[in-house]
Amino acid sequence: MDKIRESILTTSRASKLERRGKIISLTCLGGICLVVVAIFGFIAYRGLMTFTSDHVSIIKFLTGTEWNPSVSKNGAPLVGALPMIAGSFLITILATVLAIPFAIGTALMMTDITPKTGTRILQPVLELLVGIPSVVYGFIGLTVVVPAIRTVFGGSGFGILSGTFVLFVMVLPTITSMTVDSLSSVPKDYRSASLALGATRWQTIYKVVLRSATPGILTAIVFGMARAFGEALAVQMVVGNATLMPYSLVAPASTLTSVLTTGIGNTVMGTVQNDALWSLALILLLMSLAFNLAIHLIARRGAMKR
Amino acid sequence: MEKQILTTKNVKLSYGDFEALHGIDLAFNEHEITALIGPSGCGKSTYLRCLNRMNDQIDGVNISGEFKLHDTDIYGENTDVVELRKHIGMVFQQPNPFPMSIYDNVVFGLRVAGVRDKAKLDEAVQTALKQAAIWDEVKDKLDQNALALSGGQQQRICIARALAVSPDVLLLDEPTSALDPHSSRQIEATLLQLKEQYTIITVTHNLQQAARIADRTAFFLQGDLIEAASTKQIFMNPEHEQTRDFITGRFG
Repeated sequence: MDKIRESILTTSRASKLERRGKIISLTCLGGICLVVVAIFGFIAYRGLMTFTSDHVSIIKFLTGTEWNPSVSKNGAPLVGALPMIAGSFLITILATVLAIPFAIGTALMMTDITPKTGTRILQPVLELLVGIPSVVYGFIGLTVVVPAIRTVFGGSGFGILSGTFVLFVMVLPTITSMTVDSLSSVPKDYRSASLALGATRWQTIYKVVLRSATPGILTAIVFGMARAFGEALAVQMVVGNATLMPYSLVAPASTLTSVLTTGIGNTVMGTVQNDALWSLALILLLMSLAFNLAIHLIARRGAMKR
Repeated sequence: MEKQILTTKNVKLSYGDFEALHGIDLAFNEHEITALIGPSGCGKSTYLRCLNRMNDQIDGVNISGEFKLHDTDIYGENTDVVELRKHIGMVFQQPNPFPMSIYDNVVFGLRVAGVRDKAKLDEAVQTALKQAAIWDEVKDKLDQNALALSGGQQQRICIARALAVSPDVLLLDEPTSALDPHSSRQIEATLLQLKEQYTIITVTHNLQQAARIADRTAFFLQGDLIEAASTKQIFMNPEHEQTRDFITGRFG
């Protein structure tokens, strides 16, 4: 009796280990959360300085078209971020729109049309594309795409269009591999049922497979957009870095990320120039939050439909 | 003698080096239910899927033998698989309605065949759902997602979907094995009504089910057709020892 009593009432080695493991995981989790909160807090704090201590109005910041933080006009520095915002959105949307048909086509090839060769050849190719560092993409863009655009459209060759082509190659593997996941999660039974009803393979793909996979494909597209929006180095190398409104696709322009990468090393902490860059970073952060939110919304709506 | 609608002779099927069917001779009478029975892996489902050429998609499959729907060669050079499948419909083991409305599910086959006339589609939906004995349960929610229905209802939607194309032959691959006994009984009752208009070939693991609904039964074993006769004869007085052993549950 006493033996049982004793063994039940003393904490065993296993339970101690269990508690220790729990504490370790919680500490790690807490650390990560702290880092995330700190990043948000810091960027928000620095980013809002432009509006609090440098007296720039938020509206002027978002709609102004002149970016020259070292020059003051009417008591406030010239920090109109619209050219960069427009540049970022234009490049992101153009690159994604260009990538969608290629990505879906490639993904269908891998899941439905030639699954064997598709997975044997295209899968490694895609993984390779993901693994190439962005500076290499930028370099290729600089030496191949920019001169090509220069020859075809004239001008310097730097601009939104060059950025679009470079980003297109960079987001293609992201969108494709996620689309593949979504297509292969469509039950095989759907395909069999559709074929057994006298549908052709194309009708099956178009009416059943793509339709069932739509939420997943939308998520893939938003992920691709998020990647395009956040890409800095490769874009900076080909976009021209002129903080002007992008009135033409082949004229030098800039994006939020390209201005940040070119500018952040050349400004002094605490100056207006530096604060303005932090404000751009804040916009980037808010945009990636928005993309994340969109992904969750799509996933939830997709889940409800099922 | 009844009219034979579908005849097969010396059907052989192999995946690479492995022969799964060793020469099956089997014919199906019009407006009858034929049950294919046998232990798992005996080739009955494989054989069934040859009839509407569902095995065509599988890599490395080799099918030989003579398949005739009425007098037309199913594997003939000029045979259009897509057209063929409109004459020989199929219902699968797992209820697999598409993730769309009940209405869209039922008219799927007609729409891919190019029917656009709304009145025609409406009528086809009603007829097919009535034939599948599920009209009363779903008539008020045709625009609801078919996946919201119960398993048994989903399976009957799948039957309706196959019927909407008005096939001559309906193939069923263990249609009730994923369903509860009550839903299974409902499907069986539906099939018995359907044989007035269709020829039904069903694979089943449930011997009682074969005994309840089938006019004729064919017993498969390891890629061979051991015996095919009227259900009564198979269950009461089989010719072969192996059939008797299987029916009485000595193996399988």
